[in-house]
Amino acid sequence: MILDSKTPSGPLAEKWTNHKFNVKLVNPANKRKYEIIVVGTGLAGASAAASLAELGYNVKAFCFQDSPRRAHSIAAQGGINAAKNYQNDGDSVFRLFYDTVKGGDYRSREANVYRLAEVSVNIIDQCVAQGVPFAREYGGLLANRSFGGAQVSRTFYARGQTGQQLLLGAYSALSRQVANGKVKLFPRTEMLDVVIIDGKAQGIVTRNLITGTIESHSAHAVLLCTGGYGNVFFLSTNAMGSNVTAAWRAHKKGAYFANPCYTQIHPTCIPVSGDHQSKLTLMSESLRNDGRVWVPKTVEIAEKLRKKEIKPADIPDEDRDYYLENKYPSFGNLVPRDVASRNAKYVCDEGRGVNETGEAVFLDFRDAILRDGEDLVRSKYGNLFDMYHQITGENPYKTPMMIYPAVHYTMGGLWVDYNLMTTIPGLYALGEANFSDHGANRLGASALMQGLADGYFVIPYTVGNYLATQPYDKPSEDHPAFKQSEEEVKEKLERLLSIKGEKTVDYYHKKLGKIMWNYCGMARSADGLAKAKSMIKELKEEFWTNVRVLGTEEELNQSLEKANRVADFLELGELMIDDALNRNESCGGHFREEYQTPEGEALRDDENYAYVAAWEYKGENQDEQLHKEELVFENVKLTQRSYK
Amino acid sequence: MNLTLKVWRQKNASDKGGFREYKVKDISEHMSFLEMLDVLNEELLEKGEDPVHFDHDCREGICGMCSLHINGKPHGPLQTTTCQLHMRSFNDGETITIEPFRAKAFPVVKDLVVDRGAFDRIIQSGGYVTVNTGGVPDANEIPIPKVIADEAFDSATCIGCGACVAACKNASAMLFVSAKISQLALLPQGKVERKERAEKMVAQMDAEGFGACTNTGACSAECPKEIKLSNIARMNREYFTASVTTENV
Ligand SMILES: Cc1cc2nc3c(=O)[nH]c(=O)nc-3n(C[C@H](O)[C@H](O)[C@H](O)COP(=O)(O)OP(=O)(O)OC[C@H]3O[C@@H](n4cnc5c(N)ncnc54)[C@H](O)[C@@H]3O)c2cc1C
Ligand code: SF4
Ligand code: FES
Repeated sequence: MILDSKTPSGPLAEKWTNHKFNVKLVNPANKRKYEIIVVGTGLAGASAAASLAELGYNVKAFCFQDSPRRAHSIAAQGGINAAKNYQNDGDSVFRLFYDTVKGGDYRSREANVYRLAEVSVNIIDQCVAQGVPFAREYGGLLANRSFGGAQVSRTFYARGQTGQQLLLGAYSALSRQVANGKVKLFPRTEMLDVVIIDGKAQGIVTRNLITGTIESHSAHAVLLCTGGYGNVFFLSTNAMGSNVTAAWRAHKKGAYFANPCYTQIHPTCIPVSGDHQSKLTLMSESLRNDGRVWVPKTVEIAEKLRKKEIKPADIPDEDRDYYLENKYPSFGNLVPRDVASRNAKYVCDEGRGVNETGEAVFLDFRDAILRDGEDLVRSKYGNLFDMYHQITGENPYKTPMMIYPAVHYTMGGLWVDYNLMTTIPGLYALGEANFSDHGANRLGASALMQGLADGYFVIPYTVGNYLATQPYDKPSEDHPAFKQSEEEVKEKLERLLSIKGEKTVDYYHKKLGKIMWNYCGMARSADGLAKAKSMIKELKEEFWTNVRVLGTEEELNQSLEKANRVADFLELGELMIDDALNRNESCGGHFREEYQTPEGEALRDDENYAYVAAWEYKGENQDEQLHKEELVFENVKLTQRSYK
Repeated sequence: MNLTLKVWRQKNASDKGGFREYKVKDISEHMSFLEMLDVLNEELLEKGEDPVHFDHDCREGICGMCSLHINGKPHGPLQTTTCQLHMRSFNDGETITIEPFRAKAFPVVKDLVVDRGAFDRIIQSGGYVTVNTGGVPDANEIPIPKVIADEAFDSATCIGCGACVAACKNASAMLFVSAKISQLALLPQGKVERKERAEKMVAQMDAEGFGACTNTGACSAECPKEIKLSNIARMNREYFTASVTTENV
């Protein structure tokens, strides 16, 4: 199969407008004859479900939490970008586009990114109209800040709870459509398979998490808005339930998986404190606007710190290494995430880490407090400081925070064309679940933007283009394809329950996470990856012969849910490794030790790797087949990223 | 530290349920309360016993999914969410009682898991501004004084956890409902529908079987997001004005 991105022709700035004009429309009176399944109620899913229902489509929306409002998007802190140029500081749609392509290390599709930048302005209008309480200036207009890697102030925010407020806005729009009878909600329901009939996605199979009932739902189109797969690392900043299952099951049914190895490691997380750790907490990147990152200049001083012989405040400025400010004078503490993370790893690898485990650096607000006063710092970051205090027991107003990188976001995901359709007709992927806009590295405050762009402003047009060619009839849920899929799903669950082995699901998940973090994390090498591959193979075998899942299928069974997800993570882990091995270059979040500049920066190979790696599933224990979508850059010049 | 846990076990909604006692050893003070329960569950699994089911997702204090009644208080001794409670708040040798949130409108599903679908239905009854996607004015065409925006924000931070209901002896949902009504009544975008909204949301709240408010203030005192009692006063005002001036509902 040839990968056709279906990118419209014409000048960059006109592609989306022309495309909107050229797509087929579904007559308003006929929209109610179509049913659309939306899996996921995060920013992407909730905004899509609400917007499609408003247009008149019948929507079924699914999530595994007890309420759509609890989707992982709720946890986003820092903000959302939009090219409003309210600050008159030189921002524009083109600049946001340019920054995003550059930030993604030239591994994203120009046309998609441009569209994202273009609709970003509408998102803010939409959210404000819904009553989202963004931060404001005294004059009553919206406030902005500059955020991770941007030299203009284009980030809109709602204290440190931007994701929450945006999601509650989308959730309210969704709730309104539930009340109107246009959306039927299925909370605590997990999608476990996509059903394909005549080569098209025609529905899904789900498990009711309370009763265990396996059910089929047929539809004219299926939208996967199921988020990212960062939890393959066990420890990440993602919510505990975040998983790859929906995307992975679709992948096994024929949807290509693109760039699985592109993972983002976020530089400002609370360091790991022990083996009991179940998740990592992000401290918003906005903290890097005012906090200064440093470690001691020497290993000796760092050792004294680790042994608690001295306090951070005892270390005079001349013994501190503000390594980001020194190395990257123009961007300083605001270098992109991958650069900040890798540098934290370097200084800790040198033995200059500052906590007991040696895996932490300081993020210090001393100077900001001296400059602006504690009150102003509190007004900007109060809730983040409180959260830090609660988790670590330390007061960041008095002593510098300690941070360390952690897995945060996955740029890879289901391959989609310009219309957000996967390689399976009628199956779409939106939000973090797709691969489309962030290339090899995502800029801060761009995931919320992408999720809402996909859901509010892209899919309402592009899904119509497909549906307009589809008959109103849809297959019945008794169709053999649904029955077969139900059987397969049940069989897998029964198999997990029947193993009755020795080790718990978490045991395997933690082991998988360690392998991924050590060999497919911040720095990767061909040797390490090859080793990791055989380790995962072994682990997978052991899992399927020795995992212990208790209880039955016909009840709320949280171990069974977890086991089912970890089974998919084990398979995904292998593909991530294959992808990382295949990509013999460093770009963005993918850093291969063999490919670096003399200064230790990522060294791309544009001649050979300026493509999207889209993988096709070939069957159990078979190597997947690589398909390439060549990336064509007509509007930006590929340069070595430099933040010096 | 070593602890004794008295945990509510209930197989399903129709089971009567009861307390079971468990011991956990070598708990670090850095663990979160839920990580302590993870330890218990790993041990139970190893012994071949059904793990304790509880709701949680973000473990960051923002999704509102965690919902434990700990030593007689929703979310435990601190004014925070269960997932943000750490073991340093407990003492070695202590006995900790863990129950689900209790309220008629929040039926127990299993062990410590309850059904808070009533909250979703209340929002569906009117907790929104009626705008469709697209065709809205430019965001800066609606200036909002910072003080108003900030106050609306304070109300908007409710995470829908239900601790207010669990804390209230009448199992009243007034704090939750009033937070949404206040947020939208304060903002110009929400003012248009304020009367109808107040009436519909209050009607739905009553239909779900939540109790009446007798102004004891336990809700706000236990609310992890410090939603203020003044929201309830505002809601009462909104509701009263609505009931004398509209014919809705
Ligand atoms: C701590 C943190 C802070 C962040 N801060 C920012 C920020 O400041 N700015 C920014 O732009 N981005 C931020 N991000 C990234 C951003 O929050 C996410 O990328 C984005 O919210 C993802 O949205 P989504 O709609 O794609 O998926 P999600 O919000 O993850 O939603 C996934 C949905 O899918 C459902 N689901 C999943 N699998 C299934 C299944 N099998 N069956 C049924 N339902 C399923 C879930 O129930 C859920 O409703 C942050 C991320 C984290 C972890
Ligand atoms: S008002 Fe407070 S206690 Fe009640 S649901 Fe909201 S956040 Fe929870
Ligand atoms: S688990 Fe999300 S608030 Fe506690």
